Amino acid sequence: MSEHAIDSRELTRRFGDFTAVNAITFHVEQGEVFGFLGANGAGKTTAMRMLIGLLVPTSGSATVAGFDISSQAEQVRRRIGYMSQRFSLYEDLTVQENITLYGGIYGVSNRDIVTRTGEILTRIGLQDAGKELVREIPLGWKQQLAFCVALLHRPGIVFLDEPTGGVDPITRRRFWELIYEAAAEGTSVLVTTHYLDEAEYCNRISIMVDGAIAAMGTPAEVRSRHGAATLDEVFLRLTRPGAAA
Amino acid sequence: MRTVWFLVRKEFLQILRDHTTMVQIFMIPVVQLLVLANAATFDLKRTRLLVVDEDRTTVSAGLVQRLEGGRQFRVVREDASANEVEKALLEREVTAVIHIPRRFEEDLVQHRHATVQLVLNAEEGAATGIVQSNANAILAAYAAELNLTLPTVRNASGVTHPAPLDLRTQRRFNPTRNYKHYMVPALMVALTTIIGLLLTAQNITREYEIGTLEQLNVTPMTKIQFIAAKLIPFWIISLVIFTIGLVIGRLVFGIPMRGSLVLVYLAAIVYLIVVLGLGLWISTITRTQQQAMFVAFFVILIFLLMGGLFTPVESMPDWAQLVAQANPVKHFVFVMRAVLVKGAGLDTVGRPILGLAIGGFAILTLAVHRYRKTTA
Amino acid sequence: MKAFLGFVRKETLHLLRDRQTLAILLLLPPLQVLIFGFAVRTDVRKIPIVLVDPAPDVATLELRDRLAASERFRLLAVAPSTQVLDAQFRSGSIRQALVLPRDVERRLGRGDSLPIQLLTDGSDPNTGGIMQGYATAVVQRWYTDAVPSGNGLRIDASSRLRYNPTLESSHLFVPGLVAFVLTIMSAMMTAISITREKETGTMEMLLVSPIRPSAIVAGKVTPYVVLAFVSVLLVLIAARTVFQVPQRGSLALLLGECGLYILTALALGIVISTQAPTQRTAMIFALAGLMMPTMLLSGFIFPLDSLPVWLRAISNVVPARWFLLIVRGIMIKGAGLATLWQETLILVGMTAFFLIVGSRKLAIRLG
Repeated sequence: MSEHAIDSRELTRRFGDFTAVNAITFHVEQGEVFGFLGANGAGKTTAMRMLIGLLVPTSGSATVAGFDISSQAEQVRRRIGYMSQRFSLYEDLTVQENITLYGGIYGVSNRDIVTRTGEILTRIGLQDAGKELVREIPLGWKQQLAFCVALLHRPGIVFLDEPTGGVDPITRRRFWELIYEAAAEGTSVLVTTHYLDEAEYCNRISIMVDGAIAAMGTPAEVRSRHGAATLDEVFLRLTRPGAAA
Repeated sequence: MRTVWFLVRKEFLQILRDHTTMVQIFMIPVVQLLVLANAATFDLKRTRLLVVDEDRTTVSAGLVQRLEGGRQFRVVREDASANEVEKALLEREVTAVIHIPRRFEEDLVQHRHATVQLVLNAEEGAATGIVQSNANAILAAYAAELNLTLPTVRNASGVTHPAPLDLRTQRRFNPTRNYKHYMVPALMVALTTIIGLLLTAQNITREYEIGTLEQLNVTPMTKIQFIAAKLIPFWIISLVIFTIGLVIGRLVFGIPMRGSLVLVYLAAIVYLIVVLGLGLWISTITRTQQQAMFVAFFVILIFLLMGGLFTPVESMPDWAQLVAQANPVKHFVFVMRAVLVKGAGLDTVGRPILGLAIGGFAILTLAVHRYRKTTA
Repeated sequence: MKAFLGFVRKETLHLLRDRQTLAILLLLPPLQVLIFGFAVRTDVRKIPIVLVDPAPDVATLELRDRLAASERFRLLAVAPSTQVLDAQFRSGSIRQALVLPRDVERRLGRGDSLPIQLLTDGSDPNTGGIMQGYATAVVQRWYTDAVPSGNGLRIDASSRLRYNPTLESSHLFVPGLVAFVLTIMSAMMTAISITREKETGTMEMLLVSPIRPSAIVAGKVTPYVVLAFVSVLLVLIAARTVFQVPQRGSLALLLGECGLYILTALALGIVISTQAPTQRTAMIFALAGLMMPTMLLSGFIFPLDSLPVWLRAISNVVPARWFLLIVRGIMIKGAGLATLWQETLILVGMTAFFLIVGSRKLAIRLG
């Protein structure tokens, strides 16, 4: 059994002739915030979908929470939380009903569902909105709510796929505070983003280009290794070789 | 079990909250049952008739009178040239034309035999046959009447009367000939089937399109739990619709309930599993709601048109009868009609119910198997 | 105009790219016509019948032969008594039974009354009526031929069945299927494609563009008009080559009327889409709302003449009812516009009505 929250070895996914993810090897420590950076179509989401058991890898292997993603998918699912790119709570259910639903599916006891619902609503400042339809609340809150629902069953690892897309800067700040709170409680976080400023918040990052990992390390390490002042520069150099040199 | 309960609750909350859909799925069956129960019949009343009487005698006038006297025909026009007859048929002014020839009475008196010409607009197939036999019945009755009353040449010369044919017809099971007793069960089944199949066929596809399905797929919920949770709410809703239909059938149309209601519900419960399971299976094989709907439309048409609801299965070609054997609608409608109208018991309907149960189990297995939490 | 054409192009590309849906839309109607044209027959054939003949003689053997020879009947058995009839009727293994008395031959010769009982499964009154008519005809014919010379008085009818002398089911059913399938498919296609844009929010984007809302809808619908028309052509080819449905009237007129009806159905779809907030409600409207009324109130299966007066009045608002008259009129009866102008005008009126209601609703939504 691996010590790491996530351990990926040569994980590969092809769609026909197209290689979306090309033999990526990396690991995520317990309680670490690990950022997956890359342009649209670089393979971030595909990689994540393999790790959470939505997509079967073409080759390579990985363990999540110590369980093999191919042969022990059900054990993996019990131990992870996931927040997808597309908003995926039910718009036609109330805030409370959504929380109860996912609590129920993950086997959280009724008493815990009640107390955790209270906690979540207080934490994101939606105390009075429990009975409102999710459709009615602003996007920023929806995203925070989706994050809290992903953490409802206290998973060891949470996967966030571009969680802050289309959200205003203040809410983004607030969102990252929530991520840190979770990490502080020992949850490992794997987050994909194409906001480079967000990458600075991560403990470690990997930059994906054309399905492969082009750089990996702490943000400072990555910057210094490429002799760049900002991650922006690193990113431009990697994605458009020659352009920024 | 607890997981299923939470998922079922969610489906219920969602559908109950969608007021438009709720109104639709209850109003459409009720209204259509009330209205359409009056439609599904070949019982032709007052067929529009054109009479061309060239004989103009008391005997020919008597025939016209008999034709008008029953409720089957209505003489809308008399006397017309050949061209006018043609035009009246083409423009559907009349459905039938009876042509009484010049020597009609004379023939009957002289030879005890005469022929009239009947021209029918055969545009409507089976209905034409009925108009034809209606007309023949009236002719035969009139002939029998004349047989006794009309003084004829040969009769006068002392020919004995032949043995009168005493044909007594009797309809079993539905002596009042109330076609509604036959059609209302079929309509109930048709409407419940359409609603149930549509709701389930678009359900999973919808979640796939919206993106919520992905969220469910990363949870530890099993495939069986998922399909069960999708089935149960629509099963209950369909049973409610079915019950409303049964109540309307009893109260408004007075359909008899000769057999056991328990049997009817046993069959309904099993049948709905087949239909909804099929809907869910469609939902797992299609990518968009649009596709799901067209597949569902196709399936519904096969169910309804090849299930013996409106046209007899016996008339179908052999291959289609074979297909009809696999049609759950056929078996369920058979059970409904047999139990309600004929008062049949388990000995008659046990086999079709068992068949439906096997079908339901098979289709659910298929749906569970086909549903993928993971993309290969 | 240029913007409009560009929009039509976009919609066409959209449709062409989705191969799976395209194949379904194009091939489903001809497939349905093929299957149901063969499978569904409104006439009654091979009626399972039992002859109860307690004392067979020459006369009853003749009746037996006639039943066995008839296409309409399947003589299952000749039984000596009525004992098992009840169970057979109940299980549905027989639909009719003819019960003869003893001494048929002697009664005929002596001029005694000849009581014959004809039992018919009346649980389906429709086919029940037809079956009873068939059996009565066979018995009467047999009787007339069987009685010795000096027959009773007879009035025969020589029947001429105009337009469809063989009463071929498919000739009637195929035009009906054309009307039916075209209604549902076209209305559903438009209703779904427009509500889908509403649901995904792309409709809002289009509505803020400089293109007029009615042009947007027209642009969405145009590719479907073409598609539905191609589908109709396939259906007509199938009708002609596979079912030999006659084409007595003008082909140009038939195609023109089909084009008109496609517009009617699509316009109906637009109205549905303005009423329905989601794809789900649009589908229930288009399928559950239209299917049974179109099937039962158009004359597709059951003759309109059998409807009670109030229901016949309601059936006037069913567009397929008028289209069916037109298609049967042109194909089977060889009617021209001189005969069918009223029906055509009604369809034109309905189309205009749907389009006006549809575009007004759209405008309200905008304002």
